[in-house]
Amino acid sequence: MEWLIALAIGVMTACGVFLTLRPHTFSVVLGLTLLAYAVNVFLFAMGRLTIGQPVVIDATATGYADPLPQALVLTAIVIAFGMTAFLIVLALKARSELGNDHVDGLHISNKKNGARR
Amino acid sequence: MMHLTALPVLLPLIGGFLLLFTGRNIQLQRQLHLALMLGLLIVSGLALQTALTGQYSLYQLGNWQPPFGIVLVLDRLSAMLVLLTTLLALGALVYAIATDTDHQGPHFHVLFQLQLFGLNGAFLTGDLFNLFVFFEVLLLASYGLLLHGGGRLRTRAGLHYVVINLIGSTLFLFAVGTLYGMLGTLNIADMAQRMAQLPAEDQGVVAAAGLLLLVVFGIKAAMFPLYLWLPAAYAQAPAAVAALFAIMTKVGLYAIIRVHGTVFGEQAGALAYIHSQWLLLLGMVTLALAALGVMASRGLREQVAYLVLASVATLLIAIGLNTAEALAASLYYLVHSTLIAGAMFLLADIISRSRAAMQDQFIPGPVLPNIILIGSVFMLIAIAMTGMPPLSGFFGKVMILHAALAHDWYAAIVAVILVSGLLMIISMARTGSLLFYKAHESHGEAGPASKPLAVAAVLALLTAAPLLVVFAQPFTAFTETTTAQLLNTQAYIEAVLSTAGDLP
Repeated sequence: MEWLIALAIGVMTACGVFLTLRPHTFSVVLGLTLLAYAVNVFLFAMGRLTIGQPVVIDATATGYADPLPQALVLTAIVIAFGMTAFLIVLALKARSELGNDHVDGLHISNKKNGARR
Repeated sequence: MMHLTALPVLLPLIGGFLLLFTGRNIQLQRQLHLALMLGLLIVSGLALQTALTGQYSLYQLGNWQPPFGIVLVLDRLSAMLVLLTTLLALGALVYAIATDTDHQGPHFHVLFQLQLFGLNGAFLTGDLFNLFVFFEVLLLASYGLLLHGGGRLRTRAGLHYVVINLIGSTLFLFAVGTLYGMLGTLNIADMAQRMAQLPAEDQGVVAAAGLLLLVVFGIKAAMFPLYLWLPAAYAQAPAAVAALFAIMTKVGLYAIIRVHGTVFGEQAGALAYIHSQWLLLLGMVTLALAALGVMASRGLREQVAYLVLASVATLLIAIGLNTAEALAASLYYLVHSTLIAGAMFLLADIISRSRAAMQDQFIPGPVLPNIILIGSVFMLIAIAMTGMPPLSGFFGKVMILHAALAHDWYAAIVAVILVSGLLMIISMARTGSLLFYKAHESHGEAGPASKPLAVAAVLALLTAAPLLVVFAQPFTAFTETTTAQLLNTQAYIEAVLSTAGDLP
């Protein structure tokens, strides 16, 4: 199971980094989302991978899964969700104000200058 | 007061929600907000008074014992920074009200309070994951404040700022996750304790996580090569917000002092102070580039943003020197640079408004209304900011340089600080002569005179410079005891982990 989780985190991080480096805001948003997914799985894995262990107290249990990473992941998901929503709204605002979805808004400023001349 | 430790965090949170209920009644919002800020000022003063006794005040949320629950820790450094934030915010708020900045869009006051909530929380928390949460709170509020009022350039700068900080948050989680996986705890004091018993084979991973955390704090503090977001964001933000943001870079520095200084402190064995060399080296590069940026700026606000970067770089060097003397000097310089940078952002906005169409660009403009007053204030702030005698910037730099003499690289450090200081003095002299001496009526119409209240806010922040000189002796005594408390990691660990706290 370790290799599967490690592979999933690695692939998601790689895709996330690649997409974040793209010039368009939509790819950047997707990339940041993928990075957030990767880090959530990573946080889970940091509580050690166990199967069939209870989280809360159980009289018959021989061991416990670590409950703390689950709380951390829950917080991280909520924050990432809020941030992504905000970023999408901001990207839309930038799209409407700058005229395209390039992260630097470069093309439009050239085009506008050209139109003025 | 049992709950005093939590009040600087709770008051802005409650205040933010209260302000939501005022709807769009701007007068009511302003009065309520000023009342809240006065309350926060009193609370911060009381907190500092408590911290001056030298005790650590703990607040265990939900009465959970550390290291299992989240704990707020109030010590000298936290109390000082909370009070500093409140003073700076008060100045910025008065300026925002005087210039009607708060009226340009909804919810300025709410976001302002939530920003303070995040800042105070970050200064007080003793838990690494909680620090992440407060970072997110202050960032989310800062996104809203940065974009307040709208505009194309502001949106573009805001987009870059948001994206780089979201990447920073992801890296923060990776670092926190790794540290938790290795050390099995998130409480900073507990982490520091466990570092002492770290097996040798885990040291590499923990060092990697620690340095990754340094990258995250480096983004916040605008350390080379992660500072590129700062000039655009600070230059485009509304002036009152930019002034408040002067404390934002200091949050990154505080996090380095607190987290790295405690967890990677003396007890960490082979990993002790792994961050210092990096801070020193990157601080020197940042300072050199910041000085070049100050020289190359095309507008006053961009120039002030680079001056903020230079002050951060000086602080990075001082923290990287890693001696008690240097740390005490850095705390003095931190207080000075935060308040003066705030004043300078506000003054840049006053000048920009008075120059009407020229704004803050470096082209000869019209004769400003009150040019004598504004020009004199500019000269005083420039003297303080560039570190010339007799104002506080000079004393801060002298203390840092004195501490640097004990270091092996003293020649390089002293050279970088002095040469960059000279470059900044030349640039500021050039800026001043361009804005005030080359002003002529033939260059166009000047804007309206600035409101007295706006100038008063600048002057109030500026009084920090002479005050820090006049009271330099008691204040340096305070920074020295603060440093002694900071470096005594063992006392911090014992105070956090062994007491039952204040709650019954």
